[in-house]
Amino acid sequence: MTTPLRPLTTPTAVVTAGASLLADALDVQGVTTLRVDWAPPVDDTGAAVAAVMGDLRRRAGNALALERMLAAEAALVDVRPAAEALGLERGQFLHAGPPVTWERASGPMRGALVGAVLLEGLADTPEAAERLLASGDGVTWEPCHHRGAVGPMAGVVSPSMWMFELRDEVHGTTSWCSLNEGLGKVLRYGAYGAEVIERLRWMNAVLGPLLQHAVRAGGPVDVKAIVAQMVQMGDEGHNRNRAGTLMFLREVLPAMIDSGRPTKDVAEAVRFVSGNDHFFLNLGMPACKLQTTAARDIPGSTVVTVMARNGTDFGIQTAGTGDTWFTAPANTPEGLYLGSYGPDDANPDIGDSAITETAGIGGLAMATAPAIVRFVGGSVPDALATTQRMYDITVGENPAFAIPILEFRGAPTGIDVTSVVRSGVLPQINTGMAGRVAGTGQVGAGLVTPPMACFTQAVRALADRAPAL
Amino acid sequence: MTKQLQVRRGSYVDSVTLMQVSRRVASLPDVRGALVAMATELNLDLAASMGFEVPTGTAPSEMLVGIDAESEDALAAALTELEAALSQAAAPSATGFGSAPAPVTVGAAARRGEATIALISTPGPFAFADAVDAVDAGLHTMVFSDNVPVEQEVALKRRAQETGVLVMGPDCGTAVVGGVGLGFANVVRPGPVGIVAASGTGAQHLMTLLDQAEVGVSHCLGVGGRDLSAEVGGLSTLRALDLLADDEATEVVVVLSKPPAASVAEKVRAHAATLGKPVLFALLGPGQPTVTDVAAEAVWAVGSSWTDPEPGPGPAGAAGRPGGYLRGLFAGGTLCDEAMVLATGRLGPVTSNIPLDGGRRIGDDLASEGHTMIDFGDDRLTQGRPHPMIDGAARVERLLAETDDPDTGVLLLDVVLGLGAADDPAGELAEAVVRATAAGVPVVVSLIGTRDDPQGLDAQRATLERAGAWVHLSNAAATTAALDLLATPEATA
Repeated sequence: MTTPLRPLTTPTAVVTAGASLLADALDVQGVTTLRVDWAPPVDDTGAAVAAVMGDLRRRAGNALALERMLAAEAALVDVRPAAEALGLERGQFLHAGPPVTWERASGPMRGALVGAVLLEGLADTPEAAERLLASGDGVTWEPCHHRGAVGPMAGVVSPSMWMFELRDEVHGTTSWCSLNEGLGKVLRYGAYGAEVIERLRWMNAVLGPLLQHAVRAGGPVDVKAIVAQMVQMGDEGHNRNRAGTLMFLREVLPAMIDSGRPTKDVAEAVRFVSGNDHFFLNLGMPACKLQTTAARDIPGSTVVTVMARNGTDFGIQTAGTGDTWFTAPANTPEGLYLGSYGPDDANPDIGDSAITETAGIGGLAMATAPAIVRFVGGSVPDALATTQRMYDITVGENPAFAIPILEFRGAPTGIDVTSVVRSGVLPQINTGMAGRVAGTGQVGAGLVTPPMACFTQAVRALADRAPAL
Repeated sequence: MTKQLQVRRGSYVDSVTLMQVSRRVASLPDVRGALVAMATELNLDLAASMGFEVPTGTAPSEMLVGIDAESEDALAAALTELEAALSQAAAPSATGFGSAPAPVTVGAAARRGEATIALISTPGPFAFADAVDAVDAGLHTMVFSDNVPVEQEVALKRRAQETGVLVMGPDCGTAVVGGVGLGFANVVRPGPVGIVAASGTGAQHLMTLLDQAEVGVSHCLGVGGRDLSAEVGGLSTLRALDLLADDEATEVVVVLSKPPAASVAEKVRAHAATLGKPVLFALLGPGQPTVTDVAAEAVWAVGSSWTDPEPGPGPAGAAGRPGGYLRGLFAGGTLCDEAMVLATGRLGPVTSNIPLDGGRRIGDDLASEGHTMIDFGDDRLTQGRPHPMIDGAARVERLLAETDDPDTGVLLLDVVLGLGAADDPAGELAEAVVRATAAGVPVVVSLIGTRDDPQGLDAQRATLERAGAWVHLSNAAATTAALDLLATPEATA
C-alpha cells in the first residue's frame, strides 16, 4: 500500500530527538522545536524495541485495539451468586492478580482466602482454614482474570458471594465483580474477623437479592455512562468513586423501594451503599475489564490488556501475547496512612483494580480528581502533569471519558508497552494499601507504579513473535 | 594529583553535549583530563584508558563523571564548572501550573504540535525505533544518526512509502526543506535548484557554490550514503525525485552521489526521465566532474551564467617547503575524497583513513606517510569526541604536529560554516595557521559557506586571511592551488 506523498513545505515545527545542538540550530531559524526528553530504552531492550517497532502489524493492531476499547460498552445486566454466574463450585475460589501459591501468598491474600473459607463453612476457625488452604486439600484458587472477572485488593471470590454481571453487547462479552464491602476491616483487605464474615453473610442474604431485583425489574444500568459522568465530577474511578456511587444508587433506588422487601432491609441496603464511597468501584472495574477485553488477541498489538496484582507479584498481559502473564515482584505504594499505621505496615501492591488504569482512568486520569491528590500524597500540579505524561505512553484518547480541566481531552487510553520501555515512564496507579499482616485490613492509600520488568518481558515476548524485518 | 570517578543515575544527556561539557571541564587549569559521558561500552573503554576504575555493573543509562586534576582545588573547580555546564545543557522543564511535561517519545512529540518533519540524532542502535515512530506519525524524517543497520534502513524506507513520507538518511548530515536547514546546513537563498544528495558535505558545497553564483535552492534532500546501494535500491532517492517533481519551486533537479550500484542507477535514471523536469546526475569520484563543475552545470541549466568563485590573495611568492608532502586535514568526507582524487591524478597514491581505490590506508596511529589526507569527520575518529565541524580541537592539534613535521610541504584544510557548525571555526584554527605559515608551510583553505551563515562568510574569510591562509571558495580550486604550491615533485609515493 502506498499513501500519496506529503508535499514539501516550509516546516514551522520540527520534532527533534538526540543532539540538542541540532535542535538549537532550528531555534536560531525561528522554527518551533518539539524536543523529545529522550533516553535509551531501559534495561538493554534496544534490540527488542527495534524488532517490535519494526513489526508492520503494530500500528494497525494498536489502532484496532483502541477502536475496540472505545467502542466497548458496559451495562449491569444482573446480580447473582458466583456459583450461578461463574459456575464456581464448593472449594473453588478466585483471587486478584496473576496466579499465586499459598507459600508465596501475601498476608492480605491469605487473610482473604481464610475469610472466604470461613464464609463458605469449609472450616470453623481461622487456624483450621489456614491449615486447609496450606494443605490444598479440596480447595483451589485461580485469578479472577482467568474467568473474565475482576476483584479489588485481594479480590477473593467464593461460590456464595453475589456478583455484578456486566455485558458489552458490542463485542458479546461478560465480566463480573463482587459487591463492595466498604472500607476498614473488610475481606478484600485481608481481614476475616467475625464482623467481616457477618457483613458478607448480610450482603449475600439481603443486599445481593435486593440489587438483583432492582436490576431485573428496572432494566440494565448503563455503567459506562456513569463512568463518563463521574470523571467530570471529580472521580478518577479508582480511589474516588463518590459521584459514581451516588449516581448508581439513583438508578436502582426506585426499584429497590418498589421491591416489596421489608423497609428495614431496603433502608439498611441504601444506608450501606450510600455510606460507602467506593461502592461503585466494583462496577467501574468490570466495565474497564470489558473495555480492555475488547482489545485482547490482536497479533502485533503492544497495548496492555491487563494490569493486576496479587500482593506478591504484579502481572500484565498484552493484546499481542494472549493469556501470557508477565510478572515481577510488586512494588509497595507510597502515600498516606490511616491512624497509627506507617510504611512498615503496608503490603506490596494488591488487587485487580489497576484494570481502571489499564482502561485509562484511575491514576491515568488523576488530573480529573484534584480533590483526592492529598489523600494519595500528591499535589494538584502533579496530578495535571501525571495525566499529561500518560498521554505519551498510551495509544489514544477516549472521548467518552472527557477530563474537563484538560479542556475535555479524553482519558489517555491503551498503555503501549513499547512507549513505556522506550521512555522509562511507567503507568501511574492510585491505590488503597492493605496491611501486611493477615487480618489487618486497610492501612492507607497512595500511589504506586508497576515494576518495569513486566514491561521489558512483554516487549521481549512481542519481539519474539514479530516477523523478521 | 587527584582522580575522581562518579557514576550518576537518572539523567541522560546526548553525546554531543557531553563531549562539549568534557572539553569545557578539561580545558580548566590544572585539570589533566575529564570524561563526562554516558556509560556505553565505548566510553567505559575510554574511562579505563584514562585510568579510571569504573564499578562493574555500570549501565549505559548511567553517566560517568571522571576528573583527573592536579589538586583538590582544581578538582573542586572542575566539579563546579561541570555542574554549571550540565545545568545549562539540561532540557528546559515545563513551567507554570498545569503545563505538560516534555514529551518522552518521538510519537508523543508529534502529537503535541503541527510538526511536519522529525530530526532524529539518537545513538545508532536506537535510532530505528525513533525514526519508525516519526514515519508512523506521518512526518518526513531525517535520520542524522549513523551506525544504523542496513536492514533497518530498508525496513524504514519501505514503511515510509506506506505513510507517504520521505526518509532522509540514516547518516544524513545535511538537508534544507523549504529554506529551513536541518543538521549541518548552510543558509542559502531560495531558488529553482532541487538537490537529492547522498553526501552531506558534497551537498553543502554544491549549495554554497550555487549561492555564490546567486542561484538558490528549493530543497536539498539528503538520502543517506547507502541509498543508491543495491541493498537499499534507491528507495529514498526515488521518493525525493517524486517530491521535487511535484514541487512548484523546483525547476532543475541535481542528484549528487557516489557512483550507484548499476541496477539502481538504471532504475533511478529511468524514473528521472519521467519527471518532466531536467535532472542532472552528478557522480562523485575518480574520473567524475568535481562539485564545482556540477555547480557550474546546474547554474547554466537554470539559465544563469557561471564564473568561478574568486580566490583570496595568494601568499606572495610562496611555495611549499622544499621536498615536502601535501597534507590535507578535512572535516568533510566528500571534500577529502575530491581532494584525493585531484591529488592522486598529479601525485600518485595518497595515504588516508578513507583511502581511494589504490590509495594507502593510514596506520592505526594515524601517522602521516608521504602525501596524506585525513577525514576527521570519519566515524572512527568521531567516537568519543565531537565532530570536527562542531569542535576544531583535534584538527588544531594535528595542524601543529604537521607544522613540526619537516616532511610537510603544504597544508590543505576545509572550513565548513553553517547551522550546527562551530561558532567560529576560522578563529579556532587561526593561531595554528599563523604558526604553519611562519614555519614556511603554506596553508590553503577551502571555505564552505555563505554570507548568511551564522558565522558570516566574509568574517571567517578575513580571519583566515589575516592568519596567512590562502582561501578558496571551491574545494577543487583549493586543492589545485595546493598542488601548484608543492615544490618540485620528486615527492614519491
